[in-house]
Amino acid sequence: MSARLDQARSELAHCSVSDAFCNSPTMIVMVGLPARGKTYISKKLTRYLNWIGVPTKMFNVGQYRREAVKIYKNFEFFKTDNEEAMRIRKACASAALKDVSAYFSKEQGQVAVFDATNTTRERRAVINSFAKEKGYKVFFVESICDDPEIIAENIKQVKFGSPDYVDRDIDDAMEDFVQRIECYKANYKSIDDEKDRKLSYIKIFDVGSRYLVNRVQDHIQSRIVYYLMNIHVTPRSIYLSRHGESELNLLGRIGGDSGLSPRGQKYANALATFIKGQKISDLKVWTSHMKRTIQTAEALGVPYEQWKALNEIDAGVCEELTYEEIQENLPEEFALRDQDKYRYRYPKGESYEDLVHRLEPVIMELERQENVLVVCHQAVMRCLLAYFLDKPADELPYLRCPLHTVLKLTPIAYGCKVEPFFLNIEAVNTHRERPGQSNWLMIYYSTFGQILKGYSGVNLIHGLTHRETVLDSLSRDKVCRPLANVVLASSETTARQQYIAVNGSKYKTAIKKPQIMLRTAPQISNIRNRVPAHISRHQTFDIVAVFVGKYKRNSPPEKPSLLWGSPVSRLPSAVESCSIDHH
Amino acid sequence: MTNCPTLIVTVGLPARGKTYISKKLTRYLNWIGVPTREFNVGQYRRECMKIYKSFEFFRPDNEEGLKIRRQCASAALNDVRQYLTEQGGQVAVFDATNTTRERRETIIQFAEQNGFKVFFVESVCEDPDVIQENIVQVKLGSPDYTNCNTEEAVEDFMKRIKCYENSYETLDEVLDRDLSYIKIMDVGQRYLVNRVLDHIQSRIVYYLMNIHITPRSIYLCRHGESELNVKGRIGGDSGLTPRGKEFGKKLSQFIKSQGISDLKVWTSQMKRTIQTAEALSVPYEQWKVLNEIDAGVCEEMMYEEIQDNYPLEFALRDQDKYRYRYPKGESYEDLVQRLEPVIMELERQENVLVICHQAVMRCLLAYFLDKTAEELPYLKCPLHTVLKLTPVAYGCKVESICLNVDAVNTHRERPETVSDFSKKNEKSLQ
Repeated sequence: MSARLDQARSELAHCSVSDAFCNSPTMIVMVGLPARGKTYISKKLTRYLNWIGVPTKMFNVGQYRREAVKIYKNFEFFKTDNEEAMRIRKACASAALKDVSAYFSKEQGQVAVFDATNTTRERRAVINSFAKEKGYKVFFVESICDDPEIIAENIKQVKFGSPDYVDRDIDDAMEDFVQRIECYKANYKSIDDEKDRKLSYIKIFDVGSRYLVNRVQDHIQSRIVYYLMNIHVTPRSIYLSRHGESELNLLGRIGGDSGLSPRGQKYANALATFIKGQKISDLKVWTSHMKRTIQTAEALGVPYEQWKALNEIDAGVCEELTYEEIQENLPEEFALRDQDKYRYRYPKGESYEDLVHRLEPVIMELERQENVLVVCHQAVMRCLLAYFLDKPADELPYLRCPLHTVLKLTPIAYGCKVEPFFLNIEAVNTHRERPGQSNWLMIYYSTFGQILKGYSGVNLIHGLTHRETVLDSLSRDKVCRPLANVVLASSETTARQQYIAVNGSKYKTAIKKPQIMLRTAPQISNIRNRVPAHISRHQTFDIVAVFVGKYKRNSPPEKPSLLWGSPVSRLPSAVESCSIDHH
Repeated sequence: MTNCPTLIVTVGLPARGKTYISKKLTRYLNWIGVPTREFNVGQYRRECMKIYKSFEFFRPDNEEGLKIRRQCASAALNDVRQYLTEQGGQVAVFDATNTTRERRETIIQFAEQNGFKVFFVESVCEDPDVIQENIVQVKLGSPDYTNCNTEEAVEDFMKRIKCYENSYETLDEVLDRDLSYIKIMDVGQRYLVNRVLDHIQSRIVYYLMNIHITPRSIYLCRHGESELNVKGRIGGDSGLTPRGKEFGKKLSQFIKSQGISDLKVWTSQMKRTIQTAEALSVPYEQWKVLNEIDAGVCEEMMYEEIQDNYPLEFALRDQDKYRYRYPKGESYEDLVQRLEPVIMELERQENVLVICHQAVMRCLLAYFLDKTAEELPYLKCPLHTVLKLTPVAYGCKVESICLNVDAVNTHRERPETVSDFSKKNEKSLQ
């Protein structure tokens, strides 16, 4: 048993992804006049590299300038004969380079994207020698564009919202920005194919119509080039949805390859109606190889493509088990998963990290495409969503992707707009909140007047005074939400005073009547399905422990026995999650 | 991947690596499952002319020569049309110099008439050493020069190149801005990519940007004999037997004796390859995608047990071993798809030792030796044998080095008689 824990721990410690990435850090240096898409490319590239597991950070020199020169007056700041301004700008660039150095040496960064105009050979030479001195590789990305429409569109989309122009009217801002560009144009020296032949760079012409690539040095630069050559700025939307509710979903079982439940089928039809209503031109539909996504897509009545890479995460030995069964039969695995859900790999299965690796070609193709509807699975959708919304690895496995909800992603400016569409077909909730951080619930069964051993989730109650009720303290304690989120369960309808013993002390609760009736042991172990529908969805709580004790009037109460769950002393976060509403 | 077929057209003076690129690209595309064929116009010319006399044939004022060459190009285009429209081809690589705008215009019109997409691949190189090396490697062995001695052949070939040089119109950034192309300059130092239209062109560009011609060797071998091997069971994740460990030691000695500079070592994430690599005492990298084919429900079973418990599956597998997918497992076809990043990285790297598994090694070998999907699952990859692959001319030289440590034989030959199930049965069982 413990051998498996050790192995699992070491798996967590080492990066399991094939890592042919460079040993020396890489600086990606943007080059180009203002409004050529440098920051757009920088942000997108940073997002992509972080998603595939390469720690990357963006350094925007404009930000440094805004911090140094609090208020932006006008384009005169950028005139080449403005000595004072030149000094400030040089200082900002140096400060940014210094931060790049700190990022690589102290924060274990792998790639830094240096986002500035870098339009003169002199500036680029400074960066090159800086990098050479420190042992960093340099890769230049130059964006060249002379199409006035594209430039005007850029300016509208991103510059007007910039802090520099926050109090200006649009025409003023446009004119000022155009003058700003002129300041740079006079001294702009594009990367020269002859003089700069020893440099590694990619030149992007006219938003990707043409590319010139010189001296790609290593794997990461090759991947960057491939990525840059696949992205585009044509307006479009990506629709992400899970399959309709499946038979195994209803049984609370994970994985497998079951078909749709009747409600799932209803969802498929609703999805078809929704898609038609969106009036999307040339929509591509992608599914996985699993029945439930295929059946969902079938209802749309349009051609669709099956991708094996979109299959749900492989739960290995845990396939088709319920979370309760996993906790019972494989408690160590269950605990390990909660410790690091992103890197944890099911025995003979996969981790979220593996999933990201296999979804990379899907992301690349999504970048190339225009309007796409992806019908997939919970873990897969979380990975895709994390890419588009730039969520880090520790948030990814806890993103909310409920059944029967379509997420419409529309790229705008530097990010992505998300619109959720719940298609009004009920479904079970398959979301498990991050343990120890949700609103907590104690479910217990107690005999009248019996004090139970206290069990709680992590970081919950401390410093209670004798007279307070538990629930008062819950309201006061900012770590957890107050009383509405505590659901009491018992098998005794007549139990009036419920006691919760926490940390050895006894407290009364304010709620008198239990909300969930548990009569038999199987009901208790199937706790999730017992939560009434009207108090489920969107809120979460943890079931900490369930006790059973016999109550006989006029006889001493029996010591309650632990029927299901784990006390805090053994595993800190062995909890089950359900969902519950405010009320 | 594509709806309309794609015509890849090479452009460049002789000895610029056009045929090398064509063959490599064709091999790669076929391996990833895109039916591709190359059409080398020089071949057509050789069939037409039977005997090659001298470079005079290629002189621009040789009317007779020009007529024949035009005919050959037309014949080749005709075959391209047949391949792409009637024979289920997806991509055709039209390998010729295509150095004049006029010739390229003809091809573009041909493609437009037939509904093909066109993608040009131009190779530009002025480095005399590289050109010399090319000529020595591939031209001297060509049927054109079988009866010449080396100096004569080189001299004639250089004159041949001269014949093309005067009328050479390279792809122009302005004049040809509406065409889709990649210009490869100086064997991959620099690339100019214009108007990539679709997924397959994007993959082709990515591939071309990752290949190189630096001399190097790739060593492929399986893990040492494992516990489950000895029991005759497939799959699983067992450790090495004593004989397997012995192989690890012998492998270490062998690798040292090869004196390879900067060798990268890759393994899968399964115990048996990792234990084998450990014996080398050098840093190694673990790739999950190098894991053995997942036999699903048949994991850790013996072939006899599979035949007993899943006789239908067993028969189906013999029907079409390449496409057959174990229930809850994988097929060789799936394996090829997941090995594609390995191949791409192998192309980028120089000296590499890959310690993997039987099915995985078969897939990698099929890529390097251009084996078809039918042959792939039956390639011989015995335990305790290292295959050294050295790219040479248009292909790959293979040296098989048996390290003289006994092991069980895990190879199953293609069965002689196979019962006649239709493919439909296979699908309904999945």
